Amino acid sequence: MNYKQKVPPAPAQSAQAAMNLREIDWPPLALVPVLALAALPLVGSGSTWLTLTVAGLAMGMIVFIIASGLTLVFGLMDVLNFGHGVFIALGAFVATSVLGAMGDYTQSASLWRNLLAVLPAMAVAMLVAGAIGLAFERFIVRPVYGQHLKQILITMGGMIIGEELIKVVWGPQQIPLPLPAGMQGAWFIGDAAVEKYRVVAVLVGLAVFALLAWTLSRTKVGLLIRAGVQDREMVESLGYRVRRLFVGVFAAGSALAGLGGVMWGLYQQSVVPQMGAQVNVLIFIVIIIGGLGSTGGALIGALLVGLVANYTGFLLPKAALFSNIALMVAVLLWRPQGVYPVTSR
Amino acid sequence: MSAHLLELQGVHTHIGAYHILHGVDLAVPRGQLTMLLGRNGAGKSTTLRTIMGLWRASQGSIRFDGRDIARLDTPRIAQLNIAYVPEAMGIFADLTVKENLLLAARGARSAAQMDAARLEWIFGLFPAVEKFWNHPAGKLSGGQKQMVAVARAIVEPRDLLIVDEPSKGLAPAIVHNMIEAFAQLKRSGTTILLVEQNLRFAQRLGDTVAVMDDGRVVHAGPMQALAEDAALQRSLLGLSL
Repeated sequence: MNYKQKVPPAPAQSAQAAMNLREIDWPPLALVPVLALAALPLVGSGSTWLTLTVAGLAMGMIVFIIASGLTLVFGLMDVLNFGHGVFIALGAFVATSVLGAMGDYTQSASLWRNLLAVLPAMAVAMLVAGAIGLAFERFIVRPVYGQHLKQILITMGGMIIGEELIKVVWGPQQIPLPLPAGMQGAWFIGDAAVEKYRVVAVLVGLAVFALLAWTLSRTKVGLLIRAGVQDREMVESLGYRVRRLFVGVFAAGSALAGLGGVMWGLYQQSVVPQMGAQVNVLIFIVIIIGGLGSTGGALIGALLVGLVANYTGFLLPKAALFSNIALMVAVLLWRPQGVYPVTSR
Repeated sequence: MSAHLLELQGVHTHIGAYHILHGVDLAVPRGQLTMLLGRNGAGKSTTLRTIMGLWRASQGSIRFDGRDIARLDTPRIAQLNIAYVPEAMGIFADLTVKENLLLAARGARSAAQMDAARLEWIFGLFPAVEKFWNHPAGKLSGGQKQMVAVARAIVEPRDLLIVDEPSKGLAPAIVHNMIEAFAQLKRSGTTILLVEQNLRFAQRLGDTVAVMDDGRVVHAGPMQALAEDAALQRSLLGLSL
């Protein structure tokens, strides 16, 4: 074969980087800072604004952790999983058991000793939610591939059964999930109180996002997931089994929902079997705002939802109930397929 | 070893309630370039999709290298070392050109592990692939996307290359590069099956030809015989080369 064709010189790296930067779709990235800055004069007090903003970002990060798996599940196999919420509740309840058994560590004032309890609780919650996610995919989702209406009905049914099973194991009542001693209280920046746990939540959320972004952009599996979200048939024509990939994504998404459940439970400091259904609406709003199938969009959607919920809760408590729906309507009027629509969908 | 790498016998395909292929017989000789011609709606693209398992043959046999592949699923068929470029090109618009090619390089985990000499060869054939290497493929023009689609199919050596209308929407200079690419691939021993509407393109490249109409192959034989017989062209295709 003739390999000796003339090769044109490659463009300079810096020029190429500049071109790549120009190709980034900036407006959605600006939404979160613009919203936060716009809220500042409305809230009035800088310290209150900082407290609300950190609370909004923390809530947004937890919601993102939960929603990231769901958006990929939809993007990759067109599966509407309304049962995603059950993994949130499952993760939270597993955490009550693990943390309950590690009282020595949770009652210590040392943040490091607290983490020795919280991290295993998160790991066990993720393992359990991931394993149950595998079974959920096999027995509930797989028989209804390609049938949206049946997916909605059967996955909701799956969630109801899941909730009842949680009641069988842990009982129907609300269970307290107190924050470990070292994570309680707040740090004061001037007059502003920034709750410690919210900072922890933001950091964990950032770590999850970084890991997810790295996997999706730097690994072959991530490349396959991104390609599969755009054109499943073509990925299969290249010799890869998208269905196998999907099972892995479903389990990982369920595990992340479990992790999000632990964090949500600690955020609320109590858990109820119905908590998954309560958060479900929120995460669907987030993935619709983000553009179905887009993880970057889900992050922006989650942060917007978190901030709007906290600002309106303070400014217009009566409007807080529908603020997220209003946000979704506003975003869809601007970009009808979400802030980062997945091309070719 | 059969002289034919790919053989379809009596293949029927239904899409929903529609009966599209009505017993396709097609033989693709090893190491040659076979052209599949025919008017719009004759069933050419459906034949290619049926070979790839994207539509299921309801009847008949599809043999690749002597093995029946009609019941295999698409990934398994592709793993038999078959590359396919669909009519819509199947470009991943949100991925860069590099990532599009990396996906097709099944043995490579990163761009650094791709066969550099082969990439250099591809860059020579399709300069746009190198020029837009780190750009999202969705931003390219139709012709550039077509080049990326064919480049992706040949990023690793394959036994059989199936391309649906490679010359569609291409500028004449690029058509020349495309012809050169297929000619070089053929010399390297790759068996090629092309669906084509561009008759000049077909005439310059094809060793054998099959003409489809109404879901059947109505003529099969050497390309040269068809090229030299204006009456046959008129009767089969309604025009001359």
